[in-house]
Amino acid sequence: MHLAFLLNGERVDFPDAPPTRTTLDWLREDRGLTGTKEGCNEGDCGACTVLVTDPDGSLRPLNACILLLPQLQGRALRTIEGLAAPDGTLHPAQQAMIDHHGAQCGFCTPGITMALAAAHASADPDLDPDTALAGNLCRCTGYAPIARAARAIAHAPIPDWIAADARALADLSPHLALSLAEIPRGSGGSAPGATTPADAPARAFRPRDVDDLAAWHAAHPEATLVAGATDLGLHLTKGLRDLGRLAFISGTPGLCEIASTPEGLRIGAAVTIEDLRAAIAQAAPDFGELVRRIGATQVRAAGTIGGNIANGSPIGDGPPALIALGATLTLRRGAARRTIALEDFFLAYGRQDRAPGEFVEAVTIPPSPGTLHVHKVSKRFDQDISALCGAFMIATEAGRVTHARVAFGGMAGTPKRAPLTEAALIGAPWSEAGVAPALAALAQDYAPISDMRASAAYRLEAARGILLRAVAGDLVPPVLGALQGGAA
Amino acid sequence: MSVADPLPHDSARLHVTGAARYVDDIPLPANALHLAFGLSDVAHGVIEALDLSAVRASDGVVEVLAAGDLARPADVSPSAHDEPLLAEGRVHYAGQPVFVVAATSHRAARVAARRAALRVAPLPAILTVDEALAAGSRFEGGPVVWDKGDAEAAIAAADLVVEGTLELGGQEHFYLEGQAALALPGEGGEMHVIASTQHPTEVQHKVAHALGLPQAMVRVECRRMGGGFGGKESQGNALAVAVAVVAQATGRPCKMRYDRDDDFLITGKRHDFRIDYRAGFGRDGRIRGVAFRHLVRCGWSQDLSLPVADRAMLHADNAYRIPAMRIESHRLRTNTQSATAFRGFGGPQGVAGIERVMDHAAHALGLDPIELRRRNYYAEMPAPRPDRTPYGQEVRDFILGGLTEKLLDGADYAARRAEIAAWNAGQRVLRRGIGFAPVKFGISFTLSHLNQAGALVHVYTDGSVHLNHGGTEMGQGLFQKVAQVAAAEFGVPVSAVRITATDTAKVPNTSATAASSGSDLNGMAVQAACAEIRARMAGHLASLHQITPDAVVFAGGAVQAGGARYSFAEAATLAWQGRVSLSATGFYRTPDIAWDRARGEGRPFYYFAHGAALTEVVVDRLTGEYRILRADILHDAGASLNPALDIGQIEGGYVQGVGWLTTEELVWDNAGRLRTHAPSTYKIPAFGDRPAVFNVALHQGANPAATIHRSKAVGEPPLMLGISALMALSDAVAAFGGGRVYPALDAPATPERVLAAVERMRG
Ligand SMILES: Cc1cc2nc3c(=O)[nH]c(=O)nc-3n(C[C@H](O)[C@H](O)[C@H](O)COP(=O)(O)OP(=O)(O)OC[C@H]3O[C@@H](n4cnc5c(N)ncnc54)[C@H](O)[C@@H]3O)c2cc1C
Ligand code: FES
Repeated sequence: MHLAFLLNGERVDFPDAPPTRTTLDWLREDRGLTGTKEGCNEGDCGACTVLVTDPDGSLRPLNACILLLPQLQGRALRTIEGLAAPDGTLHPAQQAMIDHHGAQCGFCTPGITMALAAAHASADPDLDPDTALAGNLCRCTGYAPIARAARAIAHAPIPDWIAADARALADLSPHLALSLAEIPRGSGGSAPGATTPADAPARAFRPRDVDDLAAWHAAHPEATLVAGATDLGLHLTKGLRDLGRLAFISGTPGLCEIASTPEGLRIGAAVTIEDLRAAIAQAAPDFGELVRRIGATQVRAAGTIGGNIANGSPIGDGPPALIALGATLTLRRGAARRTIALEDFFLAYGRQDRAPGEFVEAVTIPPSPGTLHVHKVSKRFDQDISALCGAFMIATEAGRVTHARVAFGGMAGTPKRAPLTEAALIGAPWSEAGVAPALAALAQDYAPISDMRASAAYRLEAARGILLRAVAGDLVPPVLGALQGGAA
Repeated sequence: MSVADPLPHDSARLHVTGAARYVDDIPLPANALHLAFGLSDVAHGVIEALDLSAVRASDGVVEVLAAGDLARPADVSPSAHDEPLLAEGRVHYAGQPVFVVAATSHRAARVAARRAALRVAPLPAILTVDEALAAGSRFEGGPVVWDKGDAEAAIAAADLVVEGTLELGGQEHFYLEGQAALALPGEGGEMHVIASTQHPTEVQHKVAHALGLPQAMVRVECRRMGGGFGGKESQGNALAVAVAVVAQATGRPCKMRYDRDDDFLITGKRHDFRIDYRAGFGRDGRIRGVAFRHLVRCGWSQDLSLPVADRAMLHADNAYRIPAMRIESHRLRTNTQSATAFRGFGGPQGVAGIERVMDHAAHALGLDPIELRRRNYYAEMPAPRPDRTPYGQEVRDFILGGLTEKLLDGADYAARRAEIAAWNAGQRVLRRGIGFAPVKFGISFTLSHLNQAGALVHVYTDGSVHLNHGGTEMGQGLFQKVAQVAAAEFGVPVSAVRITATDTAKVPNTSATAASSGSDLNGMAVQAACAEIRARMAGHLASLHQITPDAVVFAGGAVQAGGARYSFAEAATLAWQGRVSLSATGFYRTPDIAWDRARGEGRPFYYFAHGAALTEVVVDRLTGEYRILRADILHDAGASLNPALDIGQIEGGYVQGVGWLTTEELVWDNAGRLRTHAPSTYKIPAFGDRPAVFNVALHQGANPAATIHRSKAVGEPPLMLGISALMALSDAVAAFGGGRVYPALDAPATPERVLAAVERMRG
């Protein structure tokens, strides 16, 4: 696969890039840029955080350990070695980390400094460091000095050289686009199904648009689609698997749009979790807060809603809320499309209603009939996988429930609706006493398992707690996080 | 004067620019090999068949070795010679290395390591302390028992008896930099090892032994670690020995670093403890006697378990005068990772035990838990009649009475307690709680002969100073603190002092950087070396100027002798021209300590370091979730060598202690396989878990013991301040009940455990 991108301001050309090489390994092993660290190799610690500027000029912090080289195509990559000005002047985040003693052993520091720089570049004065840094673990400092550093740079101007990547991309991207058009786009790019001599090494394909993808995937039904790679990356770094033929679908036109349609809000499968958050935070605050707790900044900036659904995980956080919202899924194979209720997509643990060559094109959220209550319970509040996650779409009239759609993750082998609970809710008073039958019904809808995240008994008990919290919503601060400032 | 300045970490600029080099960042010679271990996934069994042909055939593989292929047996134990590098016939835990692969890349080695056909005939595995007790599977024959007075009689005669059990989980170190080592074979069989280790000398010994070389032919170096926390005291031995053995076998440089999951699966963690207690109190709130039983899960090999379990016993009194005490300590052998050193080294478990007793008694007596604790404190310094610890050491430097007073005043404790009670009364779902924990931590290695250190200092003719000592840098700021000591001695700025990597070829026969002893021991050794050079320079200048040496003054980067004022460089050059040696070694051994381990008596500690914390939390009864709202800490670092670095240790230690007791849960399945082996499943505190309000201050005051510039060790003690969070959770949970039932909250207090405790309140 031919690749071209900027590395710390300089153009890098790869005539034959190995499509499953991670950015981290490439930086450290091939380029000798060892400032970017490997702490976990699964996107959880943030030590490998790098900055990626997209052609539209937006800048994202990403985990290099699960960022595959093709995902950099036409973008600008900046590592810790390129964070200071060319003349050695430190970036304000670097200086603040020194001034506030933000580094002890220093191993998390490059990643933390990059995450700080990303938050700083977003130029959002309200940017909450708790959100910006949730994906960066530090074992030494207890985070207090890093928080002080974050506060110290809140109003520092964005250094000139950070904006330079966006400018350079604007200059360069016509050339990049040109070079893209000229190069073979992987086997079968122009002639679906063709076996070319390049077939073996060029196992990767980048679609021009969603129609191009549809045709190619129908011709290569065995291929794996790579979206944000926040899930697939782990198959490489931990599973040490060979993923076979790949298509890189992030950024594919026709797959990345959010649009209002008569059916509701249509979200393209390749919309990132972070963009989804921005789109729904206003309309559905509970859902917005939940989405804020999917992974952390780096994971949300890469991961997509399509991947979140298509991976079929029983503990993915998107599906329960989307099911409660009554979302539908649009699946596409070649030119054929079909639309199903999202809950029908999940057939059983590890099995989804998706034919070979078919892919998720979009998820559509219909207008809301009531209020959505969502809550995720995990051992740690931020950047943790759900022990369980419950969502309730409730409409009431005169204090009684008229509409109830309930779905949970972590309570079964798939994200699953709760028909008996819903039945018990409809017509019942929306009060602690009124939902008592529904609390009992939860145990009939779900038979959760015990694992390292939680016991079956706790899952059931906490599921009841989530329902009670939904009821009590007006009486108590629904999110403990909101209390943090308030009580002290 | 550089001492006491809040200077940044010596590597701060390198850290933030990505230029600080760790083992895995060192450029490799072209023919270097990368190693990975193949692991057992069975907890206990006999190796029936090990077919490595597919491993050998895997891409890039150059060498594959199982135990039988080694030129000589290789052991990696720090204590009992009971840890073969590779399993010999039997496997003793799931995660144990069985063979080692060397390949042309890290990934190739990892891929190949999974291709072995290993057949293990399972034997019954002992996984829990109950199973180990039942099977008599233990170290040291029987329990270690220390008695002071007649605890049973004292408890029987007391007004009130509390009893119960505290479960304390283990803790994974989760140093951000995983274990790593690199071996560079030299001429004539020499081996140069660069390792991420807290104990270069031990690595040198283990490597020399495994290679059949004299120690003088093995050089071990460590510039810095990306975190250690005790996890690199002995757990790096296996990698260092493996790279050296394969380097010797192949003649090629070898590097090994564990992937994070392997790091979790292979290496030891903090010991989990079960502590049974029975304690008697008077109605006045004074403790009369306590009996503890410590069940310590040590894992499959001895490692450092005996001194860890000892230190837990030595801290079972924490800050309290206890007239009668009995401790039974059972060191149990199980088919799990070999538990090892972790910041506090057993101390935190011992302290948590007595803090639980205090919390439980306060609940039973209806007394404020802080008030109860203060009534039981040791006599404050200067005490006319110092108290003695249960093991017979006089407590002459106790300052927690005054320190607690100051902390509570500053944190507005009384008013907040009342405000919280009022707030709780108006809540349906939430309760806030407030908890306190003091710590008195004994400073010195309990194995007395380890309390020694060496240093090597050179002064060059341009006035620059080359500094070396046996301590290792893992983020704690040791190198900077010691450089400040050196700079102060010569009256030069710290920038004139060049800090260099710890190196067994420069300073030999060192102790591990552990037991919080780093700056105490190495600071003194360096001071001695610098003082020696300075005395020689002063002597020479004095004779030039016909004055006495003590009239020569080193300050402000200059040297005053008689009427003359030289720059430090000029003074060094003059000394050189006068044929005066400008290089010296320094040595230090801690005075006045003596410890009889068998009898459990003596003065194991040179002094005590103190601190106290007050933590406030809020708990949700619907799910058991909670948040830390505020923490206030006052900590005793003596006359701090560097207040900024010391505060960093306190903040970091507290949060690490909170993690241990709250979200960090290690889960093994029924077959003894660790299920939480990556950050996706093992949750150390994240950014948002730090207290929303976090006030940390140093308690001002010189160490009465003659330590380096009267400072105190600060590495480990603050970890125990995290116990205040467990106490706060217990307090909040108790607020859901009517006061009848004690929450008896175990650790880690995950939301699940907190919810279960809330449920007990209702029952
Ligand atoms: C550190 C970390 C934390 C995480 N935390 C959370 C969390 O809190 N909550 C949560 O829900 N998830 C979490 N995840 C999981 C993951 O990030 C999300 O599920 C994410 O949305 C996956 O999207 P992706 O684009 O990265 O998927 P990818 O990894 O690119 O793909 C995942 C799977 O979906 C398939 N796929 C992707 N797009 C399509 C499509 N359009 N059509 C058909 N198939 C497709 C791929 O072929 C693959 O099988 C976390 C992951 C990491 C690494
Ligand atoms: S400074 Fe060591 S992990 Fe952050």
